[in-house]
Amino acid sequence: MSAPLLEVRNLSVVFDTPAGTVHAVNDVSYTLHDGETLGIVGESGSGKSVHALSMVGLVPCPPGRIVSGEVLFEGRDLLKMPERDLCQLRGGRIGFVFQDPMTSLNPVLTVERQLMEPLLRHRNLSRSQAKSRAVELLELVGIPHAKERIRQYPHQFSGGMRQRVMIAIGIACDPKLLIADEATTALDVTVQAQVLDLVRDLKKRFGTTVIWITHDMGVVAGLADTVQVMYGGRIMERGPVGPIFKTPRSAYTWGLLRSLPHGEARTQRRLYQIPGQPPNLLDSQQGDPFAPRNEFATPRCFHEVPPLVQVPDSTSGHLVAAWYDLPMALRARQEKPA
Amino acid sequence: MKPFFSALFRSKAGLFGWIILIVFVAVAIAAPWLGLPNPIRGSLTARLAPPTWTGLFSPGPHPFGTDQLGRDILSRIVFGSRTTLLIACGAVVLGGIVGVTLGIIAGYFRGFVDSLLMRLVDIQLALPLMLLALLVVAAVGPSTTNLVIVLALTSWIRYARIVRGQVLAVREREFVLSAKAIGASTARIMFSHILPNILTPALVVATLELARVIIMDAALSFIGLGVQPPAPSWGRMLADGRTYISGAWWIVTFPGLAIVLTVLSVNLVGDWLRDYFDPRQRSVR
Repeated sequence: MSAPLLEVRNLSVVFDTPAGTVHAVNDVSYTLHDGETLGIVGESGSGKSVHALSMVGLVPCPPGRIVSGEVLFEGRDLLKMPERDLCQLRGGRIGFVFQDPMTSLNPVLTVERQLMEPLLRHRNLSRSQAKSRAVELLELVGIPHAKERIRQYPHQFSGGMRQRVMIAIGIACDPKLLIADEATTALDVTVQAQVLDLVRDLKKRFGTTVIWITHDMGVVAGLADTVQVMYGGRIMERGPVGPIFKTPRSAYTWGLLRSLPHGEARTQRRLYQIPGQPPNLLDSQQGDPFAPRNEFATPRCFHEVPPLVQVPDSTSGHLVAAWYDLPMALRARQEKPA
Repeated sequence: MKPFFSALFRSKAGLFGWIILIVFVAVAIAAPWLGLPNPIRGSLTARLAPPTWTGLFSPGPHPFGTDQLGRDILSRIVFGSRTTLLIACGAVVLGGIVGVTLGIIAGYFRGFVDSLLMRLVDIQLALPLMLLALLVVAAVGPSTTNLVIVLALTSWIRYARIVRGQVLAVREREFVLSAKAIGASTARIMFSHILPNILTPALVVATLELARVIIMDAALSFIGLGVQPPAPSWGRMLADGRTYISGAWWIVTFPGLAIVLTVLSVNLVGDWLRDYFDPRQRSVR
């Protein structure tokens, strides 16, 4: 395979708060290849958004602080890059789509102005060229009457349409990498499906590499090539969609999958919940962050952080950070019903 | 331009304000060509002449009467509006530019810059503004430019305060992050993404300030530190006419009315502009 488009090495981010230091992202490493779609899953506070924002210098600093790590994008370290170059990259080579379409658009500027901004900034287009390109983009994301609607303000668009506008802004300069942070979370299910179709279509047409951050396993299943499950600022498990969904190796992934409604279970039993609370990331923790909520935790889990390693009998790049062997534990449990 | 006029005709108050304001400004600009009597040289034989339309004896056509030196009041109001409007608008615009800029900087960068600027504002608020204005004018001498600067000096703090507060709220909104994510520079975020969001309160402050500055200019003229006599100014006319109020009510009434109408129209226009610049108000077609 060619050199990766994005390579994250040992990225750690902390926030200095009056209550102490919050370790939001701990030692995260992964690579992303050209054209790949990476789904990052995790609950609130798992560090999935923060790590993505910190890569391009969007974490407010202070209180945020990048303690260590390298983020190589097309061979250049983003964390050491001067702000000026980073500005060039953001919105140009790296596009962003944010969570809440209601608040991510500036309410007092027309959609046209907001769409034209990245084009004027990164593309050296004349105003009239940028204008016609903006209309094209709006048509591309499937907004009818783009020519008239482009002069309107965000509040005249529905939630789904605003998210489309956000995507149009994100892809305005044909980015190599599109980072979508909870891009469909605020939308209702039918609109969500439309937006996902749109993203799939764009991927096919332009070969964009996508990082899709979400807490919805269902969305990831339909969109991603690779899944990365994060918890407590660490990667718990990572691998191709198929193996992860079929034989999860991390108890956290297993819990997330079990808590999805599916099949006849939808009406017959209460949904599974992972017991306990998300971890308190104040000060450094010992051991596996998920251990306190993990019914399969071994004593070792509480003392030592498990490294992210290749799953023994797999060839497909399935990685997991766990001291316990989940498939074996599940089998053992089935054999002697409690 | 079309939505401008349709929005204008939908609001009676806004239309009224604009008309008064435009008439005042037009008259002020056209003053030398209106064929009015000389506002500076009066005739002592026509002292304290009542307005012609009252039917009382009057030695010539003086629609608003004459003052204690026989100068035509209408002419003095018209010529006075030139200086008054120039000084007031100049001060409001200058103070607004300075205040809004510093307010955005303080609110956006926070930290040391913010503390420094806001303590400066606090210090200035602790001093009576009038006293400050008096001191400065007394030191540098009264001239139109100096008056504009002095009045702007008393005015910027109000913008800075309000704008800073607004910016503190706006800078945390998601669209600021998304502006950063499309590669916008800090200056661009401050002035092309945040500024339009805080323009409305700044505009409201500006209308209040215009009214306040006109009155302050009048007050400075009243104590003799404003526009120097014999040049006409509304505040000066009030000051001079006050001693004659029992016998010649017209000397203070008409300049007073001029001040009231100007301030009122500015407030109406300000209200209308606030609605006009708010896209939510405008969307109704």
